[in-house]
Amino acid sequence: MLCIKNGTVIDGISDVPYKADILIDKGKIIHIGENMGNAADEVIDATDKWVLPGLVDSHCHLREPGFEYKEDIGSGTRSAAAGGFTSVACMANTNPVVDNAAMVNYIKSIARAKGVVKVYPVAAVTKGLEGQELTEMGELKEAGAVALSDDGRPIMNSQLMRLALQYAKGMGMLIISHCEDLSLVGDGVMNDGYMSTVLGLKGITRAAEEVMVARDIILAEVLDAPIHIAHVSTRGSVELIRQAKRRGVKVTCETAPHYFCATDEWVDGYNTNAKVNPPLRTSDDVEAVKQGLKDGTIDIIATDHAPHHRDDKEVEYSLAANGISGFETAFSLAYTHLVETGILSIQELVQKMSKRPAEILNIDAGTIQVGKPADVIVVDLHRTYTVDVSKFYSKGKNSPFNGCTLKGKVIHTIVDGKVVMKNEKVII
Amino acid sequence: MMALKRKDLLGLRGMTKAELEEILSTAQDMKSILLSNVKKASYLQGKSVVMLFYENSTRTRFSFEFAAKYLGAHTASVAVSSSSVAKGESLVDTGKTLQSMGIDVIVLRHPMSGAPHLLAKHVSASVINAGDGINEHPTQALLDMFTIKQKKGTLDGLKVAIIGDILHSRVARSNIWGLTAMGAEVRVAGPSTLMPPDIEKMGARVFYKVEEAIKDADVVMGLRIQRERQQKGLLPSIREYTRLFGITQERIRLAKADALIMHPGPVNRGVEISSDLVDGEQSVINEQVTNGVAIRMALLYLLTRRDYNAVH
Ligand SMILES: [Zn+2]
Ligand SMILES: [Zn+2]
Repeated sequence: MLCIKNGTVIDGISDVPYKADILIDKGKIIHIGENMGNAADEVIDATDKWVLPGLVDSHCHLREPGFEYKEDIGSGTRSAAAGGFTSVACMANTNPVVDNAAMVNYIKSIARAKGVVKVYPVAAVTKGLEGQELTEMGELKEAGAVALSDDGRPIMNSQLMRLALQYAKGMGMLIISHCEDLSLVGDGVMNDGYMSTVLGLKGITRAAEEVMVARDIILAEVLDAPIHIAHVSTRGSVELIRQAKRRGVKVTCETAPHYFCATDEWVDGYNTNAKVNPPLRTSDDVEAVKQGLKDGTIDIIATDHAPHHRDDKEVEYSLAANGISGFETAFSLAYTHLVETGILSIQELVQKMSKRPAEILNIDAGTIQVGKPADVIVVDLHRTYTVDVSKFYSKGKNSPFNGCTLKGKVIHTIVDGKVVMKNEKVII
Repeated sequence: MMALKRKDLLGLRGMTKAELEEILSTAQDMKSILLSNVKKASYLQGKSVVMLFYENSTRTRFSFEFAAKYLGAHTASVAVSSSSVAKGESLVDTGKTLQSMGIDVIVLRHPMSGAPHLLAKHVSASVINAGDGINEHPTQALLDMFTIKQKKGTLDGLKVAIIGDILHSRVARSNIWGLTAMGAEVRVAGPSTLMPPDIEKMGARVFYKVEEAIKDADVVMGLRIQRERQQKGLLPSIREYTRLFGITQERIRLAKADALIMHPGPVNRGVEISSDLVDGEQSVINEQVTNGVAIRMALLYLLTRRDYNAVH
């Protein structure tokens, strides 16, 4: 038995935090109450700290199989644990692509063998991510895929997207859409605006994202099908989703920390660690994303953890890979930029990083409740520290936040009752 | 007093007026060496300069090569086809290899913006940007500024109109940074599809009618229009471009009577500028080429003085 003692608990259900001990046995939470440490054989002292449900990430890239030099399920899930994530949904753009039941099972078996947090595969919408033929969504669901996405690539053919949404709806599967009109992107490599002009880099118009957000909303509305929009980055996308929600469209969406913590000015100096897709936008978009988080338009915060090897980043900006290694900074960035600034309460942040993503993915996680899986983290909200990518558990050191001073740190991570990170060290 | 204490010349963005003035005045001295009977100085004796070109540009490469040779440097040229940028040895590795051979200055021409900045971060040799993607071409802008200054005596308060494909022009970007720092008014004009967003925030005035940009200008600079802009849908036709934006005898009459006509070359005669203007009295296009060598001599001199400064 494990007891987390003397912490302030935010359970994801009640509106107010409360002081309590949490007793865990056989992977489940068995008691929440006072003075329960006596029965436990292991005690974690959470005095002056906060006890939250383990974070749930609806969108990450673990790179295995095919790109193990960037990340593998072992290193990626250690990185997740270090960031306080106890459940992560990994995208299908591996090599081979996760577009059939055997691949879903393969990811699950590797995750069981090497993973330190729970891994939920997202399978492809189209075979080989080629945007031509639908995957066998029914079988993918049976095999355990939690959602479907061609993430990394858009589904450019609108009729195919319509059929995908229709078929997935029939199977009870959610499609996560990577919204990017490739014809509008052209050879663009950063946000189109003053900074692209100054740096002489080809711009990507915000319309490339927004046109597809609008299209997907319309398709979902016509079919009355659910859709989840990945990595919302522009004011226009936030507004389109806000209006759609008012009309009752079954649309949910996520943003990532870099879309409310960084702007295209970070690209200055041709900083390839700030190269990500969709690209970092302007401070006006950052404001709109924050507003969207506050008013509930943006349901959740995902990491879009996209680790890359130095060789893929230490090249000309136009050649550099897109992506930010995000697990290990996500909570602190969100806490620093959203909670400390008064945009969200800590309870609302728990909703956006634990409870809602678990609901959207339909997995048993995201709250601290008796009888539920013991996925719990202990965080120190007073702790200020400086990000040091060389200390990342992820193989991907590609973060533009290296050297940033942040507040709020994950100290312990418990997955299914097992302590996987203790005193900021991943121990398995 | 030396103002230029940089390791590299990556662009004119962020350059101070004092730095620019030092380069321009040094170029003045270099031009006299260049115009003398025996074109030989020893400022770069024992130094080696390599021209690393990932894009074909005979004109710029020769200009640097002669500049280095007139100053007594060892030179070598490496031509890498731009198609092998993505496949071949990485730029950083190539730079480190050159470094190990004792190269003092790497002159880099590259099809991707920011490539010289990347190289400069990884080598201790000086890096001179000889044109990177659509970002900057600082030595071209410096030679333009030098040419204007020689003709007009000053840059301060002059009206310089740059006409054409501003979006894809590294020459335009460098000229906007440099000329505005020196107190000139820069006007840019061209089709709206070839105008980068928010360029007025860089300090340029934007015009969509070429006549308005040229009116009362002291300098009119044409930029090369590439035929592929039509294929990519940025222009309906080259013909319409020439009719609406071409620099013609008639339009030049709107400028000051003694306005200079410039072009970074190579010129598409009869497309962005009419042939008679290229060869006409107001044209300084050939002088730009001579001044290019002087400017590059000045930069090679100043950048290789850097260590000397540090010691003394
Ligand atoms: Zn994506
Ligand atoms: Zn992604």
